[in-house]
This record gives sequence, structure tokens and C-alpha cells, in this order.
Amino acid sequence: MFDLDLWKEILSALKKNRMRSFMTAFGVFWGIFMLIVMSGAGRALENGIMDGIKAFATNSAFFWTEPTSKPYEGFQRGRRWNYKNKDIEYIRENVKEVEYLSPKLFGPNTNSGDNTIRGKKTGAFNITGDYPDFYKIDPWTPIKGRLINEIDILHKRKVCIIGERVAEVMFGKDEEPIGEYLKINGVYFQVVGVVHPETRMNFNGNRKTESIMIPFSTMQQTYNMGDVVHFFAVTSVPGVKVSQLEARLKELLKERHHVAPDDVQAIGSFNIEVEWVKYMGLFSGIQILTWIVGIGTLLAGVIGVSNIMLVIIKERTQEIGIQRAIGATPGNVIMHIVAESVFLTVIAGYIGLSLGIGLLELAGMALGTGGDEVFFRRPEVSFQMAVAALAVLVISGIIAGLVPAKRAVSIKPIDALRDEGI
Amino acid sequence: MINIINIHKSYVMGSNSLHVLKGIDLEIKQGEFVSIMGSSGSGKSTLLNILGILDNYDEGAYYLNGKLIKNISEKQAARLRNELVGFVFQSFNLISFKNAMENVALPLYYQGVGRKKRNIIAMEYLDKMGLRPWAEHMPNELSGGQKQRVAIARSLISKPKIIFADEPTGALDSHTSYEVMEILKEINTDGITVILVTHEHDIAAMTQKIIRLKDGRVAETIKNGDLMQWKHQYMKELETA
Repeated sequence: MFDLDLWKEILSALKKNRMRSFMTAFGVFWGIFMLIVMSGAGRALENGIMDGIKAFATNSAFFWTEPTSKPYEGFQRGRRWNYKNKDIEYIRENVKEVEYLSPKLFGPNTNSGDNTIRGKKTGAFNITGDYPDFYKIDPWTPIKGRLINEIDILHKRKVCIIGERVAEVMFGKDEEPIGEYLKINGVYFQVVGVVHPETRMNFNGNRKTESIMIPFSTMQQTYNMGDVVHFFAVTSVPGVKVSQLEARLKELLKERHHVAPDDVQAIGSFNIEVEWVKYMGLFSGIQILTWIVGIGTLLAGVIGVSNIMLVIIKERTQEIGIQRAIGATPGNVIMHIVAESVFLTVIAGYIGLSLGIGLLELAGMALGTGGDEVFFRRPEVSFQMAVAALAVLVISGIIAGLVPAKRAVSIKPIDALRDEGI
Repeated sequence: MINIINIHKSYVMGSNSLHVLKGIDLEIKQGEFVSIMGSSGSGKSTLLNILGILDNYDEGAYYLNGKLIKNISEKQAARLRNELVGFVFQSFNLISFKNAMENVALPLYYQGVGRKKRNIIAMEYLDKMGLRPWAEHMPNELSGGQKQRVAIARSLISKPKIIFADEPTGALDSHTSYEVMEILKEINTDGITVILVTHEHDIAAMTQKIIRLKDGRVAETIKNGDLMQWKHQYMKELETA
């Protein structure tokens, strides 16, 4: 329904009060702008963190050992202990809820001085012993070569896969790492893969690209570690909550290692499910906050629009009286005022929406070059969000217009005609 | 055409009530040219507003075109005003940001007539008022007489049966006043009922029937034939004053 007269009147009414229209529209503009920018920023934070963990198996839990905190079955408190290969075998055979199980050994790391040598090149890296199943929990992609496989474990092969950074440090630009040998902690290993981490989840606090991974069984034997297991990761089968599995495994491990059942310190563990729920809570918290603040600001703007419409109507009481004397129905009058209000709100809101999205695009471009370590990525608003914002605008415009419009038609035409203006 | 029976109207202001119309009976037939006179506060404008469905009344009955006008919705009132009635005001009441043609066309807008068509009709009516060259002018670029002629054109465009004019000459000099009265007379000869409120005797004397209000009641009704005598009496009143 395009009605030229309606629009002419709206424009002339807004033009007559240019400054006031602008200030009022600014309130709405600012409200929607803030809503979009804050929501985009919240989303960017979410993206930044989710990119780091999304590839991670969300049904996974991790276990390590700590000194006991309670005396039990003749053992004193403060006992240091380790998981054993037997534990892993037992769990594999007896706990049906476990999908993947991957024990891990920590060797020398970047803090303990140079541990890797190749010719004249030396470097300090994080050496771990791993099982192939580990890559199903914390995915890595081979850039060159392959990952560790079951045959490596079975034959205790002296092979290693190296992170991107290790390849950079230990090999020249033109050199092909695959097939070459690295002397790791005194023993030569053949490089079979250069790998890239898919997540930023990290177990020892060091950079993942500085990792060297060797077969778990090779590590135990080569470095004389016996049957010790430092750490293991499990995932639950579909349908089983990993939190339940975590509790069950803790109980079982305590029993096998003579740890007091009520010792909360001896088994270190965390599960991604809990972290996931925490993150989700955080993100929805951010989004809710965004909406509260945004809607609040928008509401202030809408009240501003309603206010200016009241003033406009007060000024135009006589004009409305004339219109009604010559046949304008209350419906005509309300329609006119609401259209004017919606027009003002939507124009202002649309500008706010566009500028907000524009700003997010710019920020996105600036952040796009930040690389893997950036925790703030791809600020964006969803299409639904933009549609919702526009809907909120139109509805608030209607509400902002209805109040003054109702008031305008509540005045009897004759009183409106007599109104001498202010 | 217009038939009112024992109409009462009070204005309530806080705890005070002002009884303005105290039982008015009136009958006006199709094609009459009537003026309502009376001193300030006698209720003449109130009566006109009630007749024009701009205001409501407390007691009595008002039949317009045979239809009882009582407790009707504002929407119905608006439609009746649009179809049956035209208004001419003392202060012209043109819309300031619309030009003469658009002002004249406005009632047709509320009837849903298309823009082009209503502008053509508006031009015809402006032409009748001799204002075709001023069609594009805004109200503040027109003289008082021109404004009132625009207002009359606007009141005529919806082809009403009755024109209500509240002090149509009140803001005009005597020369322009007579011009406006000539136009109203012409309208009347076309068969449209014209009812005007005035306090000027010479203006009232140009109509066919004068209704004198006093204290909210009809004091006297002077028909066409008695006008000369009434004029005489009026002169005497002036002399004694």
C-alpha cells in the first residue's frame, strides 16, 4: 500500500522538526547498533573458543594421578602413585561404556632443555607417547605422511610424528622431513608424519605445534618406564553420559590402587562435557545479556520516538481536527501516526543495523589475519538475529505510535479544531 | 433535512456545569439559507457544531436527513461529515503544508478517490472560485478572501447537502465578506442548504431566515419577508444605544 499523501505528510512532519527527529531516531539507531555490535562480539568470542574445542570429542574424559590425601589400607597420606598397563587392559575388557581409550606418557618437554638433535640443529619439544585412538579424541591432521598406527604400537617401532613448528626448527625449508631421523632424548626415531592440531585443547600447557609424538609402547620400553601410564583419555559410547563414566572409572581406579573411596584429590580428572556445558552457559549468558542491554537501549529509543510523536501530535491537534471535520476517520488518523512512527523507527533502526553489521565486517577483516591463537573470531550476526531485530523495530514502532495516536483520536474533533496551538 | 427537538447541551468543567443549550427546537428544510445569530455565549457555535456532528448533545433528538444522530461512533460520524456536510470556518483551517489544490482535494482522499482524479476535480472547483492560477500556492501565500474561497471549494468538493459556516466572514474585511457571501448565495441557489453562524447583522440580512439565540434558547425566527422590518428595528436599536 503506497500512499503518496501519507508519505508526503510524514516527511514534511519530520522535516519540520529536523533536529528533534534526528535526536529521537538516534536513540533507536543506537539501541539497534549496540544490540548488533554486542551480539556480534559475543558471537566472535563464542566462535573463537568453539573453534578451539569443537573438533574435540565432547564425550571425552581425562585422568591423571595426584598424591593421595587420605591414609587408607595401611598407606599413609601423600603417597605418589601411577596407573599401570593392567588398569588400561582391565578397563578395556570390563567397562562396556568405554568407546575409545588412549593412554599417554609424558616425556621431556620444552621446559627441560634441548631434547631433540638432528645434525647441528637442536630443539626443546614436548615428547609424548600416544595410542592411535588418541586422534579420535583430540584430532590431528597429517600435513605430510601419516599418524601413529596400531602396527607402530605392536612392533614398538621407533617412529615419530612431529608438529609443524618442530618441522620448521629441525628441517630446512627445502628438506623433506618424512623418512629422516631425529635423535630424541638420545634415541633415533624416524619421522613418519608432520601434523597439525585441530583443537587448542592442551594437556601440558605448551604449544601443540611443538609436539613430538612417538608410539606409547615404544616410549615405555625405550625410556625404561616399565608399565607406568601417566594419563589416559576415554570417550563414552553413544547414549552414556561421560560424567557417569568418569565417576564409575574413578571408583574402579581407587579400588585397584588402594585409594580411600572418599579421597577427592588422588585422581585428577576432567570431562569435556562439563566444560562444554560451562561454555554453553557462558555463551547463552553473553547473548542474554546482549539482548537485555540492547533491548533496554532500544526501549529508551522507542520511548523517545513515542515522546516526539506525542509532541508532534500536540502541535498538530488542530490539523487533525480539520482532517476529522472533513471526513478522516479515527482509523485514518491512527494509521497515519503509526505509519510515521514505524517509518522513523525502521529507518533509524535500519541505519543502525547496517552500520553495526558494517563495523562487524571490518572487525572481522582485521581479526581474520590473526592466526590460530586469536580467541576472538568472525564477529557476525545471524540472519535470524537481523530479522528478529527488524521485527522488534517494527513492533516497537507500532507501539510507539499507538500511544500518541490513541490520544489524538481521544480528543473530540471540535476540541481539536478549537485548539489554538501552543 | 434538519430536525432538532429539545436539544440540551452542558459543558462540564470540573465541578462546574455550564448549561449552554436549554432546549432548542429547530427545523431546516432542504435548500434553505439560514443564519444563526446571537450574542457571545448564546450557544450559536455549539448549536452549529452539534448540527455538523462535530460535537455531541446531552438530551433531545437530532435527525439529519431523517436519520437519528445520537451516540454514533466516531467512524460513522466521520463518514457522515464526509458525505453529507461541508465546513467553512472563520480561521479557514487550511492545512499549512499542502497547496490550495491539495487542500481542496483532501475530502476526496478520505473517500478513497485516486490522486490524479481528485486533483482534477479539485482544479474544477478552484476554477469555479476563480482561483485556478493559485492552485499551486501554499495557504500562507494567499489572501484572506482567497483562503476562504479555497476552504469553500474544499467544503463543496464532496458534493455535500449542507454547508456549515462558522463566522465565515469573521476574519475578512467587508468587501471580501460580501464576495464570500455572494459565493455562498450561489451555492444555495444550486440547492445546497447553507447554515451560517454570524454576529454581523448585515451578513445575516443576506440570508433567507435568521434564527436568533438568546441564553441557549431560540429567541425569535425571522423569515425572509420580515427582513426589511427587522432591519428597521435593528437600526433603531443602534440609534438608542
